Amino acid sequence: MKITVTVNAVDHTRVVEPRLLLIHFLRDDLGLTGSHWGCDTSNCGACVVWLDETPVKSCTVLAVMADGRRVTTVEGLASGTRLDPVQEAFAACHGLQCGFCTPGMMMTARWLLDNNPDPTEADVREAISGQVCRCTGYENIVRSVLRAAGREGAGEHEPRLRVTPPQGGRAVHPGPGQVRR
Amino acid sequence: MLYGAILRSPLAHARIVSVDASAASAHPAVVAAFTGADLAERGMAWMPTLFGDVQSVLATDKVRFQGQEVAFVVATDRYAARDALELISVDYEPLPPLMDASTALDPGAPVVREELPGGNHIFDWAAGDKAATDAAFAAADVVVTCDMTYPRSHPAPLETCGAIADYDAVSGRLTLWSTSQAPHAHRMLYAALTGLPEHKIRIVSPDLGGGFGAKVPVYPGYVCAIAASLATGRPVKWVEDRSESLMSTAFARDYHMHGEIAATADGQILGLRARVLADHGAFNAVAQPSKFPAGFFHIFTGSYQARAAYCEVTGVFTNKAPGGVAYSCSFRITEAVYLVERLTDMLARQLRMDPADLRMRNLLRPEQFPYTGPTGWQYDSGDYPRALQLALDMAGYDELRREQASRRERGQYMGIGLSFFTEGVGAGPRGHMDIMGLGMADGADLRVHPTGKVVLAISVQTQGQGHETTFAQLVAQELGLSPDDVEVVHGDTDRTPFGLGTYGSRSTPVSGAAAVVAARKVRERARLVAAAMLEADPDDLEWQEGKWRVKGDPETALGFVEIARAAHSSLELPDGIEGHLDASAVYNPPNLTFPFGAYICVTDVDPGTGEVKVRRFIAVDDCGVRINPMIVEGQVHRGLADGIGIALMQVIAFDETGNCLSGSFMDYLLPTSLECPSPELGATVTPSPHHPVGAKGIGESATVGSPPAVVNSVVDALAPFGVTHADMPLTPANVWLAIQSVTGVEGVPRVT
Repeated sequence: MKITVTVNAVDHTRVVEPRLLLIHFLRDDLGLTGSHWGCDTSNCGACVVWLDETPVKSCTVLAVMADGRRVTTVEGLASGTRLDPVQEAFAACHGLQCGFCTPGMMMTARWLLDNNPDPTEADVREAISGQVCRCTGYENIVRSVLRAAGREGAGEHEPRLRVTPPQGGRAVHPGPGQVRR
Repeated sequence: MLYGAILRSPLAHARIVSVDASAASAHPAVVAAFTGADLAERGMAWMPTLFGDVQSVLATDKVRFQGQEVAFVVATDRYAARDALELISVDYEPLPPLMDASTALDPGAPVVREELPGGNHIFDWAAGDKAATDAAFAAADVVVTCDMTYPRSHPAPLETCGAIADYDAVSGRLTLWSTSQAPHAHRMLYAALTGLPEHKIRIVSPDLGGGFGAKVPVYPGYVCAIAASLATGRPVKWVEDRSESLMSTAFARDYHMHGEIAATADGQILGLRARVLADHGAFNAVAQPSKFPAGFFHIFTGSYQARAAYCEVTGVFTNKAPGGVAYSCSFRITEAVYLVERLTDMLARQLRMDPADLRMRNLLRPEQFPYTGPTGWQYDSGDYPRALQLALDMAGYDELRREQASRRERGQYMGIGLSFFTEGVGAGPRGHMDIMGLGMADGADLRVHPTGKVVLAISVQTQGQGHETTFAQLVAQELGLSPDDVEVVHGDTDRTPFGLGTYGSRSTPVSGAAAVVAARKVRERARLVAAAMLEADPDDLEWQEGKWRVKGDPETALGFVEIARAAHSSLELPDGIEGHLDASAVYNPPNLTFPFGAYICVTDVDPGTGEVKVRRFIAVDDCGVRINPMIVEGQVHRGLADGIGIALMQVIAFDETGNCLSGSFMDYLLPTSLECPSPELGATVTPSPHHPVGAKGIGESATVGSPPAVVNSVVDALAPFGVTHADMPLTPANVWLAIQSVTGVEGVPRVT
């Protein structure tokens, strides 16, 4: 099948097998190896990217399902050489060790902060609860997200990817947690 | 690039009648297909393990566990390679599987390894003084015994194992990018296996996506990728999927332990005894020093002064995946700590003593160090009571006990679990410790550029432990530089000195020491250059505030950058230095380092559902001098999460026919952000007397120390029911069963 997917604001047209998973399309066809493949069963979340404005686990989304839609990966998080506040906070708080879960965690964190700029620790833990980290015990990931929220809240950072919260429609996976409005 | 896929056995035990890969070879996208017979022609159907056994790469005679490698296909596309597996036809003759280690030595038991003289028997091993231990038990007022299982678990790094093999026929060089925690050791094994000379093999093992011991062994997939690249002359990529990883790569634990503790009526521990049955799976592929078939399990007197101790360990084969030491275990100290910490808690219950008081009474005293234990270990340094007291203070222990009493009156089941552990990490003294005959020393090479920038090449590599930061700090500190001036190179056998790799918390104790020794050599060379620059006698110089200067004369101080430039200049240099400041070191540690810690876990247990909630986790660690406290704390965070996972949810389980029941993350449960509380960390610092900067290993401490704290906490919560022990994992079902089974039965049914 011929598909066109807008990945990080760039259109990519490819002919793909209908069974090709989005994560393999991103990594193997487009060379965007920031997103990782960890479990095949939607349990680990290393492959989380945004499909339009919603975080999805790209190991259980077919590439053809992204035809005509926008995908945002961790490569799309920074603005040129300027890191997203979430990325800066992960570096500052030792929010990653091996780094394998980090791209997915960051994409969910960015989504959370776009939808809930002032999350509690419980909000953060709920948001990342569908993703596994084997290195940090989650502690420094939670600290990183809270730090990013605090800096944005204090006006020290303007997040680049701020988007309108999803209106209706069903997320491909249940979405990373509850959002206080 | 070609992509490889492995056909795996659906059966745990079966004779292979035939394997026909001809249809797969005919698939249009397939470039080559390999069976065991094909690899046998190349002498690569079997490979040595890291512990003197051999392991099947592709099965030639039998399959010995479910998921064992049977055939390998390479194709131009990763999906096509998986498709082609469906075209391979294998005729199996099923054999009865051996799944229960306790029956492995029974007459008539299915024999897993009939080609070996011992059949299912691998080793018998003992440590300690049996007669003295028997005497201690005979003199005891109280003896507590318990049968406990440390269930089979899997390290489950988020990145699975994989490799790209690229053989270049023109240069005769093989490059293997692979997920290896021990690239230099792997290179030697591949040289032996392929017949390629070692200097023509390059292993690149970059920053890995976690390891935790899972990436220490050599796996058939790596060898298949190599064989396929040798055969096709093209690069071949193989990456296992999650199910393959959980079913076939190195497991951990699977120790079935009978423990006994003897004490006086007032709580003085006199002796410890243990008898262990170790399930090693189908091949003995553990990765631990070769003189220690049961690892360092015989450190099982833990942190306490026992007069005598004796343990016996028997290892057996079963029809399960091979391995046996992976998962941050410090070579079986995990199992040892669990045993002694459970027994100590049970002893406290028996004596009606508070478990904190019992521990405080028996802990080794600071003045006893260096302390030689009853099984021969010499602990380097420690101040145990200080660490335990700090943990008790941080927890508000007395208040917690009051809260527990008050909740019990209201029918609420809150548990407070302690654990105190001592580890021995940093293997090790090469006279005692080797893997495949390779002594466990590590190298470091320091190259100093004319501008004073430094490149440090180390023999260990990182899976997220932050070697780039910690090692840069070590060198920078010695040379008066900023860590930013030090580039750390690792994980590439062409660019780094020989060493045994990263596992067993050995990077800082061994390779870190090598880096410091190399840096001090550089500093001494800099002294000679500085003396020439100052026209002074080298003996008249002193190193102060990161600079060489004439003693007492700050005006003469020369920094490292100036000296490095001079070392490359036309300056006439004195005897002892020809030029440049570069230096190398190999560090052979005189002993292990012995980090320790005191952990307290607070849980709430719902007796109706069996659900356990970890409310608080207090962890005081002493790993000697902390080079980078943030990284140290990060390591502890991980280990505490491991403890929650191992104690409450993780198990690689099998049914009686040998099916692995834990082949995905839907069945092999890992703790998430909702199960892991925000930990409360504390630190004491008792430097190692023999490490150059006084540091000890920390990578595995919390994984070793935390599971018994969780289990002790849950059992403590269930004390009103009369539960004295329950085996991990304490899933809701197993907790509920423990409550139901207290009348007349200790513990819950075992998970095999």
